[in-house]
Amino acid sequence: MDADRRKFLIGLGSAALFGVGAAAGLTRVGAAEAPAGEAAQGAIRWGMLVDMTRCAEGCADCIAACNAKHNIPQFGNTKDEIKWIWKQDFAQVFPNGNPFPSARQTAGPVLTLCNHCANPPCVRVCPTQATFKRADGIVEMDFHRCIGCRFCMAACPYGSRSFNWRDPRPFIPAFDPDYPTREAGVVEKCNFCSERLDRGQRPACVEACKAQALVFGNLNDPGSELRGQLRARVTLQRKPELGTQPSVFYAFEPRHD
Amino acid sequence: MSNKAAVCIGLALFGGVATLPFWLPGARRPMPQPVLKAGLTECVESAEYMRANHMLLLDAWRNSVVREGNRRYVNAAGKPFEKSLERTCLDCHSNKAEFCDRCHQSVAVQPYCWNCHFAPGELRPAAAAMAGSPALRIAATGLSSPGGAADGR
Amino acid sequence: MIEHALTGNRTYRLWIVFLLALIAAGLAGYRDQLTYGLGITGMGRDISWGVYIGQFTFLVGVAASAVMLVLPYYLHNYKTFGKMLVLGEFLAVAAVLMCMLFVIVDMGKPERVLNILLFPTPRSMVFWDVVVLNGYLLLNLVCGWVALEAEQAGVPPPRWIKPLIYLSIPWAISIHTVTAFLYAGMPGRDLWLTAILAPRFLASAFAAGPALLIALSLLLKRLTAFDVGPEAIDKLATIVLYAALVNFFFTAMEFFTAFYSGIPAAERPLTYLFFGLEGHAGLRPAMWLSTLLGAAGVAVLLAPGLRLRERYLVPACAAIFLSLWLDKGVGLIIGGFIPSPLETVSDYSPTGHEVLITAGVWATGSLVLTLLYKTAIGVKQRA
Repeated sequence: MDADRRKFLIGLGSAALFGVGAAAGLTRVGAAEAPAGEAAQGAIRWGMLVDMTRCAEGCADCIAACNAKHNIPQFGNTKDEIKWIWKQDFAQVFPNGNPFPSARQTAGPVLTLCNHCANPPCVRVCPTQATFKRADGIVEMDFHRCIGCRFCMAACPYGSRSFNWRDPRPFIPAFDPDYPTREAGVVEKCNFCSERLDRGQRPACVEACKAQALVFGNLNDPGSELRGQLRARVTLQRKPELGTQPSVFYAFEPRHD
Repeated sequence: MSNKAAVCIGLALFGGVATLPFWLPGARRPMPQPVLKAGLTECVESAEYMRANHMLLLDAWRNSVVREGNRRYVNAAGKPFEKSLERTCLDCHSNKAEFCDRCHQSVAVQPYCWNCHFAPGELRPAAAAMAGSPALRIAATGLSSPGGAADGR
Repeated sequence: MIEHALTGNRTYRLWIVFLLALIAAGLAGYRDQLTYGLGITGMGRDISWGVYIGQFTFLVGVAASAVMLVLPYYLHNYKTFGKMLVLGEFLAVAAVLMCMLFVIVDMGKPERVLNILLFPTPRSMVFWDVVVLNGYLLLNLVCGWVALEAEQAGVPPPRWIKPLIYLSIPWAISIHTVTAFLYAGMPGRDLWLTAILAPRFLASAFAAGPALLIALSLLLKRLTAFDVGPEAIDKLATIVLYAALVNFFFTAMEFFTAFYSGIPAAERPLTYLFFGLEGHAGLRPAMWLSTLLGAAGVAVLLAPGLRLRERYLVPACAAIFLSLWLDKGVGLIIGGFIPSPLETVSDYSPTGHEVLITAGVWATGSLVLTLLYKTAIGVKQRA
C-alpha cells in the first residue's frame, strides 16, 4: 500500500477513535458524583450492642429475619455460602488466644455481622466506591456499581463479606418483594437494614429478637440507650488493635451499675 | 482504477442492505403503544418527558437512593414522590408485559433491573416455582449447623 | 514491519495454530464462567482470590523486569544488552497484557470494568494499579516498536523516545510496588501485612523475568540464529542470581520475624504453607518444591563452570522461574487467605475451568509475544 493512502487511513482511524472517545468522555450521562467517601461528622452514627447475656444458645430468630427480609440464598455449602449475620464460636470471633475464657463468653456461639467500622478498610480499597460509608456511619453496598473484584473481601479483617459466586435466585427459599435479590458477581453484606432505617423502622434482626439482646442506637448521642448500656457494662469490640473502630459492641457480663 | 466497477457495485449492494428497514415493504411498523391501567391520574413527570428520559430518571433515582439515602423526589410541578421503582412506578404501571416490555422488546433494550428487582405479578408464580425444599427453609432459619463453626470446604 | 510476523516456517505456523487452539479452549471455558458465575472456579467465601490473581501478581513482576535491561543500557551506557533490549520490552508488553486479562477473568462483573475509570478513587490501590499498568503497557509498546521501526529504516530512533525510556525505569519499579500495595495494606491478612512485601516482589521479579528472558533468548538462538551475545546472557544470569538470593533472604526474614516473635497471626499462614495447619496441607508440596527448585537454580548459577554452559544455565533459569511462580503465583496469594479472618482453615484447588481459562490467557500472552518477537527478529536479521 503506498504511503499516502496508508497515512490517510491511519489518520481516518485515529480521528474516528479520538472522536468517539471524546464524545464518550464529554457526554457522560448522570449526575455529577458527590464524594461518597468520608462521611460528614453528622448527628447520627448507628451502632449496635450484642448482649450475649440475653442471646439464647440455639436461637436464630435474628438470622432468620435477616435472611427472609433480604432474600439471602441458601446454598448448603461453605464455598458458595452467603451470610450477613450468623453465629460462630467465641474463640473464632475473638481470637485473642485466651485459653481460659469465662463461662459466660463460651456459653454459646457469638452473633457475628458486619461491624460498620468508622474507619473501614473495605471502603478504603474499593476501586469504584461501590462500598462506601453513608453519613450515618453505615457501610453500604451499591450493587449497581460493584465490579466484583472482591478486594473488599480481602480487606475486611472480620470475614463479614460474601460474594455471589453464582445466580442466587434459585436458592432463595421464599421471596420478599420489598427488597431486591442480587446478581451473580457482586459482593454483599449486612447493611444495618438501611432501607428500613430510612423508613423509620428498626433493623430486622433487632426487631426479631424476642430476648431484646440487640440494642441498636445512635453512638453519637450520649443520651441514647445504646450509649447508656456502653457506660454501664464492660463491652468488647472485635480486633480493636487494627484501628477499624467498629460500631458493633459485645457484652458478656451484666450491667455493673 | 481497474476495480472501479466492482467497488461501485459493492457500495450499492451495501447501501441497499444497510437501508433495508427503510424501504423494504412490511419492514416499517408503528411503535407499539404501551397499555396503561385505565383511570389513572398522573405520572411522576409528563408523558413526553418520561418517554425520552425515564431511563435517566431511574438511573438518577437509584444513585440518589442507594448512595445518598435520599428517597424523596419532587417533580416539576412540586409534587413529592417516593423514589422507588416498585412502589411508585410499578404501582400504576402494574403490567410489565403490556407496558414496559412492549416498547423495550421493540427497540431491543434489555434493562437488567429485573435480574434483581421484582416486577409486579412476577412474584407469585416465581415464589411458588422457586420456593425451596423444606431443607432450604430450615437452612434459612440459620439453625442448620450447631455452633456455627465453619468447617472448610 | 508486521509482515515478518505473518510469514514463517512450518514450526512457526504449527506453534501459532497450537496457541490459537488453546485460546479458543480458554474462551469456551470463560463463556461457561460468564454463564455460571465465578463459582465455577475453586474460589469460595474464605479463599476469595485464587489462581487468576496469583498469576496476575506474578506476571506484573515479569513485566517489571524489563528495567533490568533498560537501566544499565541507558543510564550506565552498558551497551552489551543492546540486542536484548527489545526482547525485554516486548516481554513486558506480553506480560502486562496477561496481567490485565487475568484481572478481567477474575472480575464478577467484567462488563462494569470501566467503573474504575468513570469513578476514579485515588485512595484505592486498584485504581492506581490500572493506571500504572496501562501506562507501562503503552510505554513499552511505543518504545520498543518505534526503536524497531528506526532500526528497520536504518536510522537512529527519534529523540522524543529518550524521555519515555527514562520514564519507563521508575515506572517499572512503580508497577510492582503498587501491586504490592494491594496486599501490604490489608489489616486482616498477616501474611501480606509486611513492609518488606514490595521489596520481596521486586526481588522475585528481577529474578523471574530475566530468567525467562535468558531461556527465551537461547531458544531464539536455536530457532532463528539470532544471538544476543554470550556476555549479555551471562550478565543477565548474574542479575538473576543476585535477585534470587535477595528474594530468598527476604523470605527467610519473614520466617524469622514470624517465628521468633511467636505471634500466632504471623506464624499461622507460614505454618499452613510449609508445614500444614489443622490437618490441611494443600500447598505444602508446592512450597517445598519451590524451595528445592530455587536452591538448585541458585546453586547452578553460583558455579561459573555451570552458569556459562547453556545445558545447565537453561534448566537453572527454568528452575528459578518455576520456583518463584510457585512462591508468588500460588503460595503467597492463596496463603494470604489461610487462616480466614474467623480462624478457619480450608484448602483451595483450582477447577478444570480455572485451569483452562488460565491456559487460554497464557496462550494469548504467548501469541502476542511470538508475533512481537518474530517481528523484532525479522527486522534485526535483515538489518
